[in-house]
Amino acid sequence: MAYDGIVACAPVTVPYRRFSINTAHWWIGRALHDLTHAAGVSPADIDGLILSSFTLAPDTAVGVTQHLGLTPRWLDHAPFGGASGIVGLRRAARAVQSGDAQLVACVAGDTNHVDSFRKTLTTFSRFAQDAVYPYGSGGANASFALITKNYMNLYGATREDFGKLCVAQRDNARAIPFAMMKKPLTLDEYMSARPISDPLHLFDCVMPCAGAEAFLVCSENVARSLNVPFVRILATIERHNAFPDDPIQYRGGWAMDVDELWQMAGVTTSDVGLLETYDDYPVIVAMQFEDLGFCGKGEGPDFIRGHSFTVDGSFPHNTSGGQLSTGQAGAAGGYLGLTEAMRQLTGRPIGHAVKDAKIAAVSGFGMINYDRGLSSGAAVLARAS
Amino acid sequence: MAADLVAFARAVTQGAIRVIDLTQTLSQEFPTIVLPPEFGQCAPFRIEEVSRYDERGPAWYWNNITLGEHTGTHFDAPVHWISGKDLPNNAVDTIEPRNFVAPASVIDCSRECAGNPDFELTVPFVEAWEAKHGRIAPGDWVLLRTDWSKLPYPQYAGMRDDGAHTPGPTPGAVKWLVEQRDVHGFGTETIGTDYGQAQHFNPPYPAHFYMHGKGRFGLQCLTNLDKLPPKGAVIVAAPLKIKNGSGSPLRVLALIEEAA
Amino acid sequence: MTRPLDPPKRKDPLKKTRQPLYPQPVRSRTAQGLTAAAALGRFELQKCLDCNAVIYPPRDACPKCLSARVPFVPVHNGGQVLAETTIHTSTDPYFRERTPWRAGLTKLDVGPVVLSHLHGDVREGARVRLDLKLDKGGAPVMIALPDQETPHMADDPQLREMTCDPKFRRALITDGRGAVGQAMAKAFSEAGSTIVFVGIADPWKPFPGQDALGKIPRVEIVALDVTDSESVSEQAEQIGGRVDIIVNTADYVRPGGIMQRHGLTVAREEMDVRYFGLMRLAQAFGPGMRARGADGANSAAAFVNLLSVHALMNWPQYGGYSAAEAAALSAAQCLRAELRPGGVKVLNVFFGPLETEWFQTVPPPKVAPAALARAVVQALQRGQEELFIGDVAQDICARLAVNPKAIERELG
Repeated sequence: MAYDGIVACAPVTVPYRRFSINTAHWWIGRALHDLTHAAGVSPADIDGLILSSFTLAPDTAVGVTQHLGLTPRWLDHAPFGGASGIVGLRRAARAVQSGDAQLVACVAGDTNHVDSFRKTLTTFSRFAQDAVYPYGSGGANASFALITKNYMNLYGATREDFGKLCVAQRDNARAIPFAMMKKPLTLDEYMSARPISDPLHLFDCVMPCAGAEAFLVCSENVARSLNVPFVRILATIERHNAFPDDPIQYRGGWAMDVDELWQMAGVTTSDVGLLETYDDYPVIVAMQFEDLGFCGKGEGPDFIRGHSFTVDGSFPHNTSGGQLSTGQAGAAGGYLGLTEAMRQLTGRPIGHAVKDAKIAAVSGFGMINYDRGLSSGAAVLARAS
Repeated sequence: MAADLVAFARAVTQGAIRVIDLTQTLSQEFPTIVLPPEFGQCAPFRIEEVSRYDERGPAWYWNNITLGEHTGTHFDAPVHWISGKDLPNNAVDTIEPRNFVAPASVIDCSRECAGNPDFELTVPFVEAWEAKHGRIAPGDWVLLRTDWSKLPYPQYAGMRDDGAHTPGPTPGAVKWLVEQRDVHGFGTETIGTDYGQAQHFNPPYPAHFYMHGKGRFGLQCLTNLDKLPPKGAVIVAAPLKIKNGSGSPLRVLALIEEAA
Repeated sequence: MTRPLDPPKRKDPLKKTRQPLYPQPVRSRTAQGLTAAAALGRFELQKCLDCNAVIYPPRDACPKCLSARVPFVPVHNGGQVLAETTIHTSTDPYFRERTPWRAGLTKLDVGPVVLSHLHGDVREGARVRLDLKLDKGGAPVMIALPDQETPHMADDPQLREMTCDPKFRRALITDGRGAVGQAMAKAFSEAGSTIVFVGIADPWKPFPGQDALGKIPRVEIVALDVTDSESVSEQAEQIGGRVDIIVNTADYVRPGGIMQRHGLTVAREEMDVRYFGLMRLAQAFGPGMRARGADGANSAAAFVNLLSVHALMNWPQYGGYSAAEAAALSAAQCLRAELRPGGVKVLNVFFGPLETEWFQTVPPPKVAPAALARAVVQALQRGQEELFIGDVAQDICARLAVNPKAIERELG
């Protein structure tokens, strides 16, 4: 079922910081505050909330309602990590569509205290605790190193291929004021960076930081009455623990649902003006190119070699620099592509504008539980007019 | 009479009467008697600190000790041996206290024992000693000086695969001392009052059998016997008042008059 | 090929001793099934009794059929390494000072894909056998070992973090008066221990084997009586800083039960040697060992308790002995928790009757001291925490898991 008449609007970003002395509640509070200002509504007007955060413990979205003085009639807590944005959009759209809520705030925010990253890693999941962290405690870097190594073995991807993506994203990030890394990056610098967990080196890895991202989902009528620019939701997909029998992850859940995505959206990959992938590591970007249908399975390396990926290039991708340059603000990292796509499609980018962008594809990926990311999702968004 | 006692005490304090300590220090390393392992064993001396000016007792130092009645320098009461089990006042708590002070005849056989752990004290040897130093008086402790207390522990204990090899009296000698000389008791430097191989005597362990059978006492693990004259020393040997005790570790003192 | 371990150099007295650290030891309750297998040196994973799927990481239901009947059972440990990585950056202090550290994914022939530590001789794509070990924190971990023995493979630094190999370590055999202590001294000497201290109580008492004991290479006789606190602490003052492995061979075996035994003298001695003796050793040597758990190739590694399997179920014929052994076992369990922060393992070795004097009247099967000693060395080389040696011990261990009451009735 399509999302006729359901729109997303008011993308906000609470500027990232490498370390914060504030709590996740503070960051989520700032995001909601900015959201009400962006939409010109009062907190009481927000009757739906879906929230994602890694650093909110011991609270969940329920506690946050009282903490921040909200009284929603629809509430969800979405611990999907990098898939949080897509899942949030999806859940909110259906809630509005069914009438359970009228104005849903989709919010993700995390703080980053000194040492909070290590603590998040040790308690990330039961499988991580039992079967991952004790093996060198390399965190996600080590897990994705293995996935990367296997992908390189399988499809002949090289470090230069991944480096090209990172360098292009850095170019895109240079216009983003709050990006953690804005210094130009050369392929040489990428190649000679210090090893983190072979074959991953420093610039393959995101920098954990504090930050928050948010947007609203409502009906087109409500958006119009609030007089805020909006984007249409053409299609979404979501999948968890796809392909459990693959010995190592070489594809994500998108591959299971990609046909439905484009069918529901009524557009094709060639209509897409910009793609915002979830870039926790470049290898996952390559998989998204393949699994979302922009190229065939195993053709990721060739696809990378055939495009430039800059805002003004042949395949605008992660146009605000992605997490690799902006930083990974916990669950907010899963919102980064959505808020950027919404800004591009409404003609209000923070950085450079993608020319004539009418259709954007955004994907999310999250929650490495044991040996692979479990949650995947994607959305196709369209300019309103 | 009272004046004599005070004079005696003065003489002790001032050194005219010397006090010789015949006691071995109670320490964990000091050998104890060894029986075949299937028998009950005499507990060796053990010491556990209760506190030493620390969190267990901030201003005081003290220990708990464990030991057997026959550990270290000790006294044997008649009840110790089966031959003395039915005698009156045969345990350390019931022995008349006057028995704890008595003169000593010290038989020196250290020369004979040197290099010969199997030296046996015989009646002729004692008679020869008496010929030289005078007859052993009734009520005398007979102390056997062997200089055994000067040996390192392995030789001191004398353990071999056929048992201990240490000097001691023959059955005849013990019987003779009790019956012909009416001695107070028998004391040695070795771990027991008996000869090392005394289990092969008839009766076995005659020093125990005859002495305790006649209500006499034993002292063992003595030291400094070389500092005593053959005759004239007075022994103070008062065991702990252990209820029905068969013996007791104790401090054994010898009083000797300083040669003028 | 693994580079053979160099003999540890003498310590630089100006250098700070590295403080022990250990990897994150928290495991889910279900994952403790791996701990149980690793402690015994077994390789076990969960297997679904309904659909036969082999399961990893540990779960509370079968991911194929949702059955809850998923016990840990021995499974084949062969597999192939799919991908490897060398970790250069770790968030964990233990691994941080040990990087680069290799880990990899192995596809087991029986099904699951396992993330494990990699032995230095293992390469991507190679056939391997996975081994379950206890790491420095006493938590169960997998390590992929070469399919075939490779030269000096025990010297691999990652593997050696999980074992208590006597090689180049200094051992203290607490009581060398008996056949077990003497066999132990020989086995440790042969296993490459740099010094084998052998404690002798009551040196004035000769004992069989005395001459041969002194002739074993690298054996150093020391005065030690586990029933004497002062003797134990004095010896710890002298050699405590150099003892990497303690094997408590001080035993006290006497037949007899509880009721029939006349008085407490023997029972006290049993407890004094076995329970208090262990406590004295723990108090005197334990803190030093715990502090030296990360002190290079000859770090403190293990405290070995030799225990009658009747510590687990009383054998009335040797009832007092069994009770003292049970007390020692309980103390050993406490000591294990106390030494764990230092990365020092407590190996509890269980056996039935031994081929020694005090079990003279007991019919076979019995464990020969030399076999016991070899098994102890091997269990240390493998990094085990529990060892059941001999038919009787293994039989009782297996039957305890089935029906303890049956053993109780049959022993009594």
